[in-house]
Amino acid sequence: MHNTSYHRASSVDDAAAMMAKAEDGKFVSGGQTLIPTMKQRLAAPSDLIDLRHIAAMKGISINGNQVTIGAATTHAEVASSKELRAICPGICNLAGHIGDPAVRHMGTIGGSIANNDPAADYPSAMMALNAQIMTNKRTIDTDDFFTGMFETALEDGEIITAVSFAAPAKSAYAKFPNPASRYAMAGVFVAKLKNGMARVGVTGAGASGVFRHEGMEKALTDNWSADAVANAKVDEGMMLSDIHGDSAYRANLVKVMAKRAVAAAG
Amino acid sequence: MGMEGIGARVLRKEDQRFITGKGRYTDDFKMAGMHYAAFVRSPHAHAKIKGIDKSAAEAMPGVVAVLDGKQLTGDGIGNLICGWMIHSKDGSPMNMGAWSAIATEKVRYVGDAAAVVIADSLANARSAAEAVAVDYEVLPHVVDAVSALKSGAPQLHPEAKNNMIYDWEIGEAAATDAALAKSAHVTEIEIYNNRLVPNPMEPRAALANYDVAEDHFTLYTTSQNPHVARLVLSAFYQVAPEHKLRVIAPDVGGGFGSKIYIYPEEIVCLWASKRTGVPVKWTADRTEAFLADAHGRDHVTKARIGFDKDHKITGFKVDTIANIGAYMSLFSSSVPTYLYATLLSGQYNIANIHCNVRTVYTNTAPVDAYRGAGRPEATFLVERIMETAARELGLDPAELRRKNFIRSFPHQTPVIMAYDAGDYDTTLDAALKAADYAGFSARRAEAEKRGKKRGIGLSCYIEACGIAPSAAVGSLGAGVGLWESAEVRVNPVGTIEILTGSHSHGQGHETTFAQLISDRFGLPTANVQIVHGDTDKVQFGMGTYGSRSGAVGMSAIVKALDKVEAKAKKIAAHLMEADEGDIVIENGEVKVAGTDKKLGWHEVCLAAYTGHNLPAGMEPGLKEGAFYDPTNFTFPAGAYVCEVEVDPETGVTQIVQFVAADDFGKIINPMIVEGQVHGGIAQGIGQALLEGAIYNADGQLITASFMDYTMPRADDLPSFKLSTHETLCPGNPLGIKGCGEAGAIGSPPALINAITDAIGNNNLTMPASPSRVWAAMKA
Repeated sequence: MHNTSYHRASSVDDAAAMMAKAEDGKFVSGGQTLIPTMKQRLAAPSDLIDLRHIAAMKGISINGNQVTIGAATTHAEVASSKELRAICPGICNLAGHIGDPAVRHMGTIGGSIANNDPAADYPSAMMALNAQIMTNKRTIDTDDFFTGMFETALEDGEIITAVSFAAPAKSAYAKFPNPASRYAMAGVFVAKLKNGMARVGVTGAGASGVFRHEGMEKALTDNWSADAVANAKVDEGMMLSDIHGDSAYRANLVKVMAKRAVAAAG
Repeated sequence: MGMEGIGARVLRKEDQRFITGKGRYTDDFKMAGMHYAAFVRSPHAHAKIKGIDKSAAEAMPGVVAVLDGKQLTGDGIGNLICGWMIHSKDGSPMNMGAWSAIATEKVRYVGDAAAVVIADSLANARSAAEAVAVDYEVLPHVVDAVSALKSGAPQLHPEAKNNMIYDWEIGEAAATDAALAKSAHVTEIEIYNNRLVPNPMEPRAALANYDVAEDHFTLYTTSQNPHVARLVLSAFYQVAPEHKLRVIAPDVGGGFGSKIYIYPEEIVCLWASKRTGVPVKWTADRTEAFLADAHGRDHVTKARIGFDKDHKITGFKVDTIANIGAYMSLFSSSVPTYLYATLLSGQYNIANIHCNVRTVYTNTAPVDAYRGAGRPEATFLVERIMETAARELGLDPAELRRKNFIRSFPHQTPVIMAYDAGDYDTTLDAALKAADYAGFSARRAEAEKRGKKRGIGLSCYIEACGIAPSAAVGSLGAGVGLWESAEVRVNPVGTIEILTGSHSHGQGHETTFAQLISDRFGLPTANVQIVHGDTDKVQFGMGTYGSRSGAVGMSAIVKALDKVEAKAKKIAAHLMEADEGDIVIENGEVKVAGTDKKLGWHEVCLAAYTGHNLPAGMEPGLKEGAFYDPTNFTFPAGAYVCEVEVDPETGVTQIVQFVAADDFGKIINPMIVEGQVHGGIAQGIGQALLEGAIYNADGQLITASFMDYTMPRADDLPSFKLSTHETLCPGNPLGIKGCGEAGAIGSPPALINAITDAIGNNNLTMPASPSRVWAAMKA
C-alpha cells in the first residue's frame, strides 16, 4: 500500500470540506473494496476521508411505510433489524448474505451503492424497491443513479447520505454466488410494490452492471408467481461471459434466481 | 503400547503454538539491518529484454540495489537445475533449456523475474520495483501444451526443438496394440487433468544473511527439505560451499509439494545479501504465489482400454502430453513419467500397458509435484476409464473392478512397480457397505421426486509412496538417493531428542514420531523433543514429500532406536548382573524378566553418561544414528465412493456422501491419519469441482487471486465417512504405507464418476463447475 492520510469526518459538511482540501482524496466507508484495491497498489489516494463515523449517516428509521437507511449503516445492522424485517424481509436477507461476517460488520450500504460493483448485491434491491438515493446535494431516483459498471450519477465530492424507499407488499432476493469470490453471479431482487406494480432488479449478470428486467416486471405485475417469470426472455446478449459462466448460463441463472426469489417472497 | 504408543490418538503437541499464534514462520524472523527484496516481474508471457533502465528506481528512497540477471550470472551464480534425468525413447537425454534465477535474455511467463530491488522497507522496495523500466520486445507465446507441439508454435528454448523436452515411453507398444486389437470391447477416453495452484496457507518466503566475519550464509526459508536446498544451492548454484551455508526451515505453513523446490527467490536473496552487505527478506504475497509457485498437474491424455469376453482387461494404451511450464522445476521431469505411468495398472491385473508421454515447454509457470504428483493423474485416468467401460458394457462398476483386481502378492505390473501387499476386495466391500451402495437406486428415485439428479461414483486407487529405494530411483535417472536419516539422543536424565531429516509442515511429526518412543520405552511423549529443519542441527536428510516420512523417516528412527535399546539393555544387564536377553523395557522401567529386579529408565541413562560402571570396553553415552534406505516403494490403496445431487436448474453439485476406505498399513496416530485423509479429500474435491488455473489468450494468469481461483471451503464439503483396513507393508519395520496423498489421489475420479452418473453425460471436464455441469446436462 502507498502512503495515505486518514481523516475521520464528524459530519457530512466536515467530510465535504476535507475532500475539497485533499489533493487526490477518496471517501471511504467500510472500505471493503477500496482498502484491498489500495493494498494491491491499484489505488493510491493521497487522503482517505472516513464517513463511517458520521452520526447523521447511521441507522435505520421507519416512518409508517417509509424506510430510510443511513448510508453508513453496516450490512450487519440491516440484516439484524427486526423492524425492517417485519416490513421488508427481502433487503434484510440480502444484507445477511453479503460476503462474510467480517465484511458485513464493516461494509455499508452507501459504500456498496456508490461503488456500484456489477456483482454487488444492494444495487439490485435499490432498483427493485424504487429507492431514492439521497446525497448531500440532492435526491436521485434509483433509475437515474446506476449508470453502468462502477458508474453512478454521483458527481465529484458528492456524498450519499441515505437511501429511502417505501416498503413493498412483498420482496425477496435470490443470489447465485460466484464459486470463487462468492459475489453474485446472478442476484435477483423482486418486489411487489403496494400499488401492485412489480419491479425486478438484476445484479451480477449484466454486461453493463445492474439492470431492471422489464419483461419479468410486466409478467409479475400481471401474475405474481414463479411460473410467470419462467417464461420470461432473458437476452443473452446483455449478459456477462467469463470463466465462471458464459452468457447463456448467466441468462439461465437470472431466470432461475427470479423464480426462486418470487417463490421465497410468497 | 501404552497410552501414547502406536495406535493412540495422541493430541498434536505442536498445535498449542499453532492455534495460539506462537508458531515461528520464516517471515516472523527479523535481523538487524534487514532489507527487503521486491521482484520486477514480467507482465508478458514471452518477451525479449532489450534493456533495463534502473536509474529512476536507484534514485528512490531507501534503495540499496537494483539487480538484474546479467549481474547474477556475472557473479557466477549457476542456472537452476532439474534433478531427474529422463531420456526420450530414442535414447537422447531430455532437452532442458537454461533457467537463470533472474532472466537474462528473455522472460518466458507472466511473473518471470526480470530484476530485483533491495530497499530498506517493503513499501520502498515495491515502489522502486514499479519504477524499474524494462524495455520488452514482446514475442508470440503459447500457453497450452497441445498447441506448443504444433508446427509454427512460438519457441521457448533453443535447446528444446518444437518445445519438446522428451518423448518418453514405458511398457510394450506392440504387445499392447495386439492385445487391444484382439479385445471383445475397447473403451476410449480423452481427459484433461486440470492445472492447479498449490496455495499453502503460508506463502513462500526467504530471509538470507551473509556474515562477512565468518564468511558464512544463513538462510531461513519455507522448505520441505532444507538439506536438499543447501545441497543444491551449494553444488549447483555456487552460492556457497555446504559448510558455509546454514539452511533453516522453521515452522512451515503447508507445502503440498510446492516447497520442495529451490526457487529463484531464495537464490537471489542469498546472492543479494552478500552483494549488498545487508540481510535480505522476501515474502511472497498471494498474487506472487499464484504467479510464481510451481503449479501442479496439467495433462492432456487419450487412452484406450480393452476387455475380453469375460470382461478381463487385455491391454491399456495411454498417450499423454504434459505441460511443464516455461522452465524445468527441480523434480518436474519425474512427475509425468515415473510418478505417473508406473501407476497405470491401478488395482488391476493388466498384462499389457503402454504409455507415451511428451513433455512440453509453454509460456506458463513451471509445473512440478503437487500432492500426489503423477499418481492423481494416473488414478483419474484409470478410474474414469474403468467407470466408463462399465457403463458401456452395462456392468456394475464395482463388479467390473472386482473382476480385474490383483489378488496375489507380490505382483509385478508391466510398468516397473512390484506391488508388495494389498487387499482390494476388503476396502471396496467396506466402502460399498458404508455407502449403502445397494440402497442407491431408492435414494436416486427419492431425489428425482425432489427434482434433483442423484449419482454415485467409485474410485479404487493405488499409489506408490515411501519414496524411495535409492538404487532404484538412481537407475531411473534421479540425481539424489531417497533414504532418510535419524539420530536418537538420550539425555542423562532419560529425556530424548529425535533429530530427523524429515520436515514437518503440517503433518504432526512432533507428535507421531514421539509416539514411537512411548511405544518402545513407555515414556510419555512430553519427554520427547523432535528436532528438524535446521542443517546445523540435523546432519542430513531428504525431507518430506511423497508420503515418505512415515514409511522412510520413521523407519530410520526405528533403526536408531534399535541401537539405543540394545545399548541400554547391555548397560542394564551389567548393572543388575543379569543376562542381556532377559532385559525388558516397559512403562519407563528397565526390568529383568521373571524377577523383581528393575531400574528406572533414567537410572540406566544416567549410568550411560556417568560412565562409572559400564560393561568393559563400552563407550559412554547413549546416542545412536541410522540411515534407512527402503527396499521398495509402499503401496497404499483403497476405495472411495462419492454420491452427489445435481440441481438441474443451476448445475450445482452437492456432495451428499463421501466414503473412504483406505489401507495405509500400520497407523501410528489414527487422529492424525484421519486429518490427512480429510485434507487430501478436500484437495481432491477442490481439483474435481472447484479449482483450475487458467491462462487466457494473452498469456495472463486470470485466476491469480481467490476472487477467481476457487479454493475449497468448509461448506463445499460433506462430513467424510472414513475407515481403514490394515495390510502391513512387508518392506519396512513398522509396516507403514503412508497416508499423506491418498485423499487427493483417490477422490477426483469418484466425484466426476458420480456427477457424470447423475447427469447421464460422461463428457465432463474438471473442475466440474456449475456452469460446466449445466452445459453438460444440456448437451
